[in-house]
Amino acid sequence: MRIGDFRETYSADEAIFRTPTIRMWMGALGISLLIFPFVAGDYLLYLANLTGVVIIGALGLNILTGLTGQISLGHAAFVGVGAYAAAVGATRFGLPFFLAIPLGGAVACAAGMVVGVPSLRVKGLYLAIATLAAQVIFEWIFSNWDSVTGGIRGINVPPASLFGVSLNTDFRIYYLIFAMVAMFTYFARNLFRTRVGRAFIAIRDRDISAELMGINLFRYKILSFMVSSFYAGVAGGVWVYFTKVVTPEYFPLSLSIQFLAIIVVGGLGSIQGTIFGAIFMTLVPELLKAGTESARAVFPDAMSYLFPMRDILFGAMIVGFLVFEPHGLAEMWHRTKRYFALWPFKN
Amino acid sequence: MENFLQSLVSGVVIGGIYALIAMGFVVIYKSTGIINFAIGEFMMLGAFFCYTAMTAAKFPFAVSLLMAIAGAAVLGGLVERFILRPLLGKNMISIIMVTIGLSSVFKGVAQLVWSGDYRAFPPIFPRMPILLGTIVIPSRQFYPFLIAIAATAFIWLLFRFTRTGVSMRATANDQAAAFSMGIDIRRVFSMSWSLAAVAAALSGVVIGTMGGISPQLGAIGLKVFPVVILGGLDSIGGALVGGFLIGILENLAGGYLDPLILGGGIKEVAPFLVLVVILMIRPYGLFGTREIERL
Repeated sequence: MRIGDFRETYSADEAIFRTPTIRMWMGALGISLLIFPFVAGDYLLYLANLTGVVIIGALGLNILTGLTGQISLGHAAFVGVGAYAAAVGATRFGLPFFLAIPLGGAVACAAGMVVGVPSLRVKGLYLAIATLAAQVIFEWIFSNWDSVTGGIRGINVPPASLFGVSLNTDFRIYYLIFAMVAMFTYFARNLFRTRVGRAFIAIRDRDISAELMGINLFRYKILSFMVSSFYAGVAGGVWVYFTKVVTPEYFPLSLSIQFLAIIVVGGLGSIQGTIFGAIFMTLVPELLKAGTESARAVFPDAMSYLFPMRDILFGAMIVGFLVFEPHGLAEMWHRTKRYFALWPFKN
Repeated sequence: MENFLQSLVSGVVIGGIYALIAMGFVVIYKSTGIINFAIGEFMMLGAFFCYTAMTAAKFPFAVSLLMAIAGAAVLGGLVERFILRPLLGKNMISIIMVTIGLSSVFKGVAQLVWSGDYRAFPPIFPRMPILLGTIVIPSRQFYPFLIAIAATAFIWLLFRFTRTGVSMRATANDQAAAFSMGIDIRRVFSMSWSLAAVAAALSGVVIGTMGGISPQLGAIGLKVFPVVILGGLDSIGGALVGGFLIGILENLAGGYLDPLILGGGIKEVAPFLVLVVILMIRPYGLFGTREIERL
């Protein structure tokens, strides 16, 4: 059992990492993530990069849906807007990646503002349907506005480069993605503790009472949409430098649903949960793939069952978590941690 | 003019089918307050039930259709009982996500059982096209349309005049009051899911006979959103009107606007543009009830 957790100053009370134990673990996590690329093979590195991009996007959605309670079925569209903006910035205007990625974020942010405008007028499921419409419309724009998006052929993007070093391998871009994830996680974690974050939570819990307490609903809802789509846009920008190509079929409705599934499985409104969810939802299909490949020795046509099984597993995980573990992986993690922290007493 | 009328007729035909899907959607929303994102997959499964009964078991079309209806009703009831009921009273996000999860499971199961291939229905209707003056209606559009209209009318009558329908409407109106008047709310919930699944299955069969089926058929289910938002989420009549309006609009947009705007494909997007406009100016739709929040 852990004891002696005293906070004697305000700054100790406000610290993000409160106890030496937490600081130690976070340090260990940081260091192991830094040396990870030296140990991991190509495939693991690729998965880690993919997960990193997904974490940034999912954090954005969790700010909007988990924190502010505004459900969005169009998150993939904002990722797409960011990706296209970054790609256009990089190819047409020759922007370096550290300008192109924020540009992606900014353009997605503007798009989010426009889509967020109906959020004052409609809410709940009407908003879900409005964002669904945004998804369909943006997808159509991606594949049809040939002069900017390159239509279905898409845009090829040169690799990012920093001080003459080209970030053209998974190994090199890993550090870029790692830094972005760390930065955006830190920002999201802090957002919870600010006036704005508290306002978001108040809106989620009961919008009318929030308004009575003097929270400007329209302003904060729009703000939430903007922050969320900025995250999405940045994720899109990083994604472009990771895959080096952007085409419309990267951002279908199913990606939006994937993002929602991540935050539902991870835990709505939990930063930690978002990260767990992103890792979990990226790894499970890969594990399934690996399992199917090894089953091929016994059942030669096992691969043809892979895609259906993936759909079933994906849906079953969403339904299962909602019915049996509504607070997601984050809650399971807390329960485990509490058990050890309180041991040998029962919690 | 000829072109215009031809587009109009195709629009009416597809609109009738949208109306039927939308009706299933509205029945669930009206009596349980749940948005069913899996409606497209209910359609797809219904179509596959009918297809399998016809091809594997060699039943005639009418018998297969009845079997598909029965299968869909059972499936709808089971889903309500075991998936949705534990989530009663949970927040909107959970309920939306659970139906999305369900749709993914259904799609996967359909691919496992029937493979991902595209299949054509065995020929059912006479091949002679129907002539309306100078307008030609292909028979594979005309007869399905008749089925869709008959089914829509049947469900509407059921809702309007039978005891079950009345108890559904009572529940929709005020759950607590209906419960205290001795209406079995749980049964009403199950019934509405069954009824909606039947409507979806019928529309699936109808669409299947027009253009074949595959596990991806459920994607058409998305079109239901513009329809129900236009008509009003809780209005059965609205679903009808909305279905026809969206069907016609889509076909006219496809015919006239497609060459003009951004390299085509406007047909698929036009309904969603309408949806956005409706949400901005009249979120409760043409015939829906305006939602008033009381504290």
